[in-house]
Amino acid sequence: MSSTVLTAMDAGLQRCETCGLLSRPVAGEEEGRCPRCDEELVFRKHDSIQRTWAYLIAAAICYIPANTLPVLTTTTATGADSDTILQGVILLWSPTGWPLSLIVLFASIMIPSAKIITLAYLLITIQTRSPRNTRQRLRLYRTVEFVGRWSMVDVFVDTFTAALIQFQPLMSIEPGPGLFFFAAVVVLTMMAVESFDARLIWDAANLTEVSYA
Amino acid sequence: MSRHDRRNPAAFLAASDREPAFNGPLPDALLAACPGCDLLQRLPEPSPGASEYCARCDTELRRGREDSLDRTLALTFAAAILYVVANSVPMLGLTIAGLKASTTIAGGAKHLWDGGRETVAALVLLTAVIAPAIQIGFMLTIAMGARRERPQRWVGALMRFWPMARTWSMLEVLLLGVLVALTKIADYATVVPGMALFLLAALVFILPAIQVSFDAQDVWNRIEWVNPGSGDNSDGSVGAQA
Repeated sequence: MSSTVLTAMDAGLQRCETCGLLSRPVAGEEEGRCPRCDEELVFRKHDSIQRTWAYLIAAAICYIPANTLPVLTTTTATGADSDTILQGVILLWSPTGWPLSLIVLFASIMIPSAKIITLAYLLITIQTRSPRNTRQRLRLYRTVEFVGRWSMVDVFVDTFTAALIQFQPLMSIEPGPGLFFFAAVVVLTMMAVESFDARLIWDAANLTEVSYA
Repeated sequence: MSRHDRRNPAAFLAASDREPAFNGPLPDALLAACPGCDLLQRLPEPSPGASEYCARCDTELRRGREDSLDRTLALTFAAAILYVVANSVPMLGLTIAGLKASTTIAGGAKHLWDGGRETVAALVLLTAVIAPAIQIGFMLTIAMGARRERPQRWVGALMRFWPMARTWSMLEVLLLGVLVALTKIADYATVVPGMALFLLAALVFILPAIQVSFDAQDVWNRIEWVNPGSGDNSDGSVGAQA
């Protein structure tokens, strides 16, 4: 990396997140509007670190009831039975059904927790101004952004299982209270990804690696 | 405290008296900043089919696409038809001991709502019905509106909101979820895959194809500016911006 690295912010320029236009705030103003598409422009997302932490902590809290409360309650003539997400994974495990069981395990348990841990790691390395692994950290963020939506899969599984199995008094399946918290984890982590500003990863690296003439 | 700070009510109210000023554009239209790392760099003159990547972080700055609007319009039109039919016919049915049941996409959400899980029902409706409808409907309008030499401002307004609809539209996740549910239910009953399931499977491939074929940058380069006073080249020869 050369020592002449210059970011748009260093040059006093703002890139529009919507249309990509690079523009300069009028004299005396810090931030303005995009002349092409009317978007409000900022150098970096406002309070990005604080807001991402807030969403992340809220998601981590919801993660506990999401995994301990039942997401499905099966009522048959002989009684009622409640399953958490993990129990659902185990139920799905069979000689023919194990690939689907693995998909649900990945999407519902591993992706949300990996997402929370990864974003926490990214935030901490930004806050400690770490100059290392900037490319890898950006790639990590892109992966989290891309993979995160797949954790919604369990919400859809439970929704349509419950919508179909309605044969009272023989057998019926109802969604449980855990489903709300699980959906909350998905939405909150998506909002955390949205409020995170990837450019902050590089700002910290610029400060330590580059000296401007 | 910035006047753009919507989370501070006082600052927000103060801001409503005065709109923030428009930024001024740069004389060099090929100067671009990377969305991933903010590195300032100068792009080469655009050539058809060529893509550019950030010198520092490898983020794609500009992607060359050919025949963008025609392909986008054709794909979006197909998606619109599939979407409408997929939402009006049953997706999944089953028979158990002579009893029959079936559900549409929205039927799943309605069942949740009736069962008192309104929030989750709203989320399912948003991600499986509303967001995909906006995603397809907006793109259909954008692809038609962008055919003019100078697309009008409302095209830009739709393009501002399109990425959000894209983020919350989760038909591919829905399809996987339904397949898992189908396998689960197959233990108790005979599953009858509905027409909507097959349409959905086609839609899941068409929607990313729309995203790949649509060249947003090309439309932004030609569009009428919101603030026409600021160096907007009315001959439509505004250079590429990444």
